[in-house]
Order: sequence, then C-alpha cells, then structure tokens
Amino acid sequence: MAAAAMMTLDLLPIGQPARIVAVDWALLAEEEALRLQALGVDAGAKVCVAYRGIFAGRDPIALSVGRMTVALRRAHARAMRVEPIAP
Amino acid sequence: MTAPRSAALVGNPNAGKSALFNALTGARQKIANYPGVTVERKAGRLVLPGGDAVELTDLPGSYGLNATSPDEEVTRRVILGELPGESAPDVLVLVLDAANLEQHLVFAQEVIALGRPSVVALNMVDLAERDGLVIDHLALEQALGVPVVPTVAVRRRGLAELTAAIAAAGERESDPHLAHVTMTERRVTAQAIADAAIVSETARHRLHAKLDKLFLHPWLGPLILFALLFVVFQAVFAGATPFADALEAGIGALTDLVRSSLPPSLARDLLTEGVLSGVGSVVVFLPQIVILFFFILVMEASGYMARAAFLMDRLMAGVGLSGRSFIPLLSSFACAIPGIMATRSITDPKDRLTTILIAPLMTCSARLPVYAVIIAAFIPNRPVLPGVGLQGLVLLGLYVFGIVAAMLVALVLRRSVTKGAASGFIMELPKYQMPRPGDLLIALWQRAWIFLRRAGTIIFMVTVVLWILLNFPRAGEGENQVDASIAGRIANGLAVVVEPIGFNRDIALSLIPAMAAREVAVSSLATSYAVGAGDDEEQQAKALGERLAADWSLPTALAFLAWFVFAPQCMSTIAVTRRETNGWKWPGFMLAYLFALAYVFAGLTYWTAVWLGL
Repeated sequence: MAAAAMMTLDLLPIGQPARIVAVDWALLAEEEALRLQALGVDAGAKVCVAYRGIFAGRDPIALSVGRMTVALRRAHARAMRVEPIAP
Repeated sequence: MTAPRSAALVGNPNAGKSALFNALTGARQKIANYPGVTVERKAGRLVLPGGDAVELTDLPGSYGLNATSPDEEVTRRVILGELPGESAPDVLVLVLDAANLEQHLVFAQEVIALGRPSVVALNMVDLAERDGLVIDHLALEQALGVPVVPTVAVRRRGLAELTAAIAAAGERESDPHLAHVTMTERRVTAQAIADAAIVSETARHRLHAKLDKLFLHPWLGPLILFALLFVVFQAVFAGATPFADALEAGIGALTDLVRSSLPPSLARDLLTEGVLSGVGSVVVFLPQIVILFFFILVMEASGYMARAAFLMDRLMAGVGLSGRSFIPLLSSFACAIPGIMATRSITDPKDRLTTILIAPLMTCSARLPVYAVIIAAFIPNRPVLPGVGLQGLVLLGLYVFGIVAAMLVALVLRRSVTKGAASGFIMELPKYQMPRPGDLLIALWQRAWIFLRRAGTIIFMVTVVLWILLNFPRAGEGENQVDASIAGRIANGLAVVVEPIGFNRDIALSLIPAMAAREVAVSSLATSYAVGAGDDEEQQAKALGERLAADWSLPTALAFLAWFVFAPQCMSTIAVTRRETNGWKWPGFMLAYLFALAYVFAGLTYWTAVWLGL
C-alpha cells in the first residue's frame, strides 16, 4: 500500500472513501488552515470526493466530511495525504 | 435571581439561527449596524414567561472564536464583551443543527467553556429525524453541562421550553482547563459526545445527495445555473413592468391631484417637479429590487447559492477571485450596496477588497432607467433575429460590457494594487432546505424598507436641492430659467470638461445630482427640461425621450450609455466602501478609476461613432 499511502487528496478518485493521514499545514495560508480545521478537514477525518468542477483542472472539489459537504480547491487538497479505505 | 436582559443566538452558519430568531421575535426586528463596522446587527424582543422582555440578537454564523472573517470577528467580540458600545449578552443561546451534531459541537464546546450562562437549542430535529437520526437530548445535556432544548424553529416546536430555559439560565463556573484544549481535541470530544447522544442512525441525507447529483453535475450543473440566472433577469425586467407601471400611474395621479388642488406657486412646483418627479422616478424601481432580492433570498435560504458559488469558482479563479465573490457580485445587479456588504463573508482581505472595487461595475438596477430612456429614444426598435430586438440586444450588450470590464479590472487589480497569494475557496455546502415563506417575507420587507428609506431621505434631499438650484435666481424676461440658475452656471463650467467626450450642457447638469443616485440622472434631465420648457405647453407635453432624440446626436447618446456602464457617481456606494474598508483610500481609488474609465470609454465611443458617421 506504499503507493496508496503517498496519494494526495487531489488525486483521489470520485466516490473513493479515504482517511486523511497527514496534512502539510505549511503549504496553506494560516486562515485557510483554520477554516479547514473548523470544517473538520483535518488529519484523521474520513472523507470522500463527491464532485469536481467542470472546467480546466476539474477545480474546485466538493468533499464529503462526516455529515457535511465542504468545497475546497485542488491546491488545498494537494497538502493532504490520504489512504483509501474500504467503503 | 434577576431575569436576564439580553440574549444572543450563537452557532455555526446554517444552523437555522435566523429561522429560530424569526420564530422567537416575530416580524418586529431592528436592523442596525454594529458600531464602527457594517456587519448587520439584528435584534428583536423576546418575552419571557415571567413577563420580562429580553433583547435577543442574532449573531453572524461562526465556526469558532478564532475569527477568519469580519463577520466572525464581530461574533467573537460580542461574545467576549470586547466590542465597544455593546455589552456582552447575559445569556448565550447556542444553536446546533441536530443533523450535523458532531460538527456543531466543536464551536459549542468552545463557547460553553467560557462559563457564561448558556442554553443549547438542538435545532432542526425534524430534518435530523428525516435523515434517520434519533438524538437523546438528555444525554447531550449531561455531557455538555448546560440545558439542551430540542427545537424546530420553522414549526415553532420547543420555543416555549427554550424561552423558559433562557429565563432560568444562571451563572456557571468556567472551567479554566477547557479553555485551553486544541481544536483537534475538541473535535475528538465532539465526536464522542455526538456518538453517545445519537440513539440510532439509519439512512443518510438521501435527498441532499440526489439534488447535488443534479446541481453539481459536471455539465448539467452550470447549464441549470445559467438557465436559472436567465429566468431571474427575465423576471426582473419583464415581471416587474406591470407593478412599475402601476406605481408610475399612481405617482402621476398624485401629481395631477396636487396640481389641481393647490394654486399655482413655487411651492406647488417644488412638490410636483421636485419631490414627486424626483423621488417618484426612483420608487418606480422598487418592484425590480424586490423581485431580484426574492430570487437571491430563495437561492440563499434553499442552500443553492453555495452550489452556484462552487460552479462559478473556476471562472472566478481565472481573474484571481473565488466562488465566494459570486454572491456579492450577483447582489450588485440589484444594488452595489448590499453587494458590497455581502463581501463580509469573504475570508481573504485582498479578495474581498477586489470584489468591493469591481462591484459597482455590475449593472445595478439604478442604471436601468438611464439605459431605458436613452435606448428607447435612439435605438430603432427593429428585429435583428426572430424574437430578438435591437433594443434588447443593446441592453444585453451594456450588461455584458459591465461584466467583462469588471473581470478585466479584477485581473489587473489582482496583479497590481491588490496583489497577493492566489485566493482560496473553502466553504461549507449546506443542506438543501425548503425556504419558509414567512422568513422570506420578513427578509424581503427589510430590503424593501431599506430602499424606500434611502429614497425618502438622500434622494429626496438631493432632488429638492437640485430643484432649488435650478429655480434660483429667477430668470429675467425672455431668459431661459436653466441658463439663469445656479445649477445652469455650474453645468456650463463643467460642460467644458465633458465636451471632448461629446457631452452637452444638459448631460453635465444631470451628472452632478446623479452623484446621489444614478437614476437621478433621468429625473434631473426631466426636471431641467421641465423647468427649461417654462410655460410652453407644447414643449411640456413632449415626453423626455422625444426631447432627447431631438436635442442629442446619436454619438452623444451612445457616449452617455458608455459613461453609465462605469457610472462612478453614487455617493451611497462610496460611503459604504469607506465604511467597509475603514478609510478614504479605497473609495478614493474606486472613484478615480471609475471616473477615468468612464471618461475614456465615453470618449472612445463618441469619436468612434462620429468617425463611423453615425
């Protein structure tokens, strides 16, 4: 599972449940980090990419976290390492 | 124990706070601003079982005491009692969405840890039940150490119990240890509390997921959004017409009534030419504003607006903004003032500033009367394609011109004066909800009232002042009243400046009062032609459009339209920008760049039209 463990959230296929293993907060602005944490997008969270935008880069991403859906950009997702889990 | 005097609703965005606030206080609400900031302060009266009344405020939704937006900053400072001129509420009413418990408990713990008298309203328990969630509120009460009351604001369930709990809320000991736990620790605790309180859980938000499948569909989603926007604008322009016509007829009848019941005098003229024609020409736009706000409020209350922001994010990112800017910019089509105020939810300060600066480029409803009069007078009403008229096409072109200009300006600003890291886009996509008609009505009434108050004060003042400036000093025998007046002399001076871009004296004259509100340009053209025509019955009878068509050349009319795409003049916009940006620097900058662009583009339009021989 070494390859999967290296995967970042922006590469996670739609509908694949995963757990956020680690977040490189240094890649994010402080306010963005605060907001993501407040919305529950943090290490340990179980997430699932629900939707992606249509235009170039398929940005932004709609992420299911717990009972919420949170929109974020691919740039944020790139800072998060995820490991796929069984649905 | 003394009864509390004030209470505040606190909670995450989308916890149903506003609906609960409306249910508790009814339609009698006071909307003002918090001192020094333009964050709206909504307050109402809540009568306790003992007969005492408390002032209940609805604080802006917040995810934590660590503020990341101006909205959240206000919530933090009010709760902590740090906002000057605003004492800390006696009781904090924490509003939690029962269907999103583990998320909302994070902020709730933070507030409860402060040790202030608190009550929890476990709101929207019916929706949670619909999603298959059954919550033991007593277990929750045990875990949190404060009273928990299950409520359904929209069905008025649990309101009496909540009010009783507010009355009984007493002093609590603050736990100094709790105040120092980290966000992550709080989240773990929240999950544990929620797991213990949730009795059973079956199917999960099915409807919600189904709707998102449609609205966030890669290509159906944007298609639905644009179809919806088309319907909105269609409704605003076509749907408002009968109401606007009725209002206009009413004002006309009132004018005739004043004319016939008062003897001819300057005072009567002031009432008819000044007050009724001036203020009346603005009030006519009430139906359009109400219709546009209706759609915006429905989109917001139903949860669709966040999806629209999601869909638009990529396009906005192209010019250095984010999907969050879409909501303020859409509101700006009604009026830039609520639009600029809606930027408060934008976290990134540079993003927010850029959005404020381009908001006036969205064609607000105040420009519509100007466009309508000029287009009707100068653009022939002939079909270009079946069902598409030239006049409508020109109008659409002006809107598109404004949007394109706004995007280009944003692009330039983000690379110069508001340069910074690429802005992010992080927002919660709330659950879909059926908007409650009562809540919509209250919100619509508040918007309409703000607009009418503006018409009754600032626009009223300006029209009266203009009328006086146009009528004094009185013209001598055989002299034109407008030429003799103070306003006419000022305009003659200004005409030198605007002559190179094809503007005449009348336009210069209309631009000064239009500083108060853009639509006044039309009423002041009407007023000055009415005063200029004097007692000449034949002249008086001519409609404004006919007079303009006779007086102005086509290049002048087109230049006038181009000027109004940028239309820098609107004192209210400048004032609200000053308040939102805390100083004169940015409103000054806004004024300068809009004037420069208006001058350049009006000039370009004029000389191109002349060169083409139009």
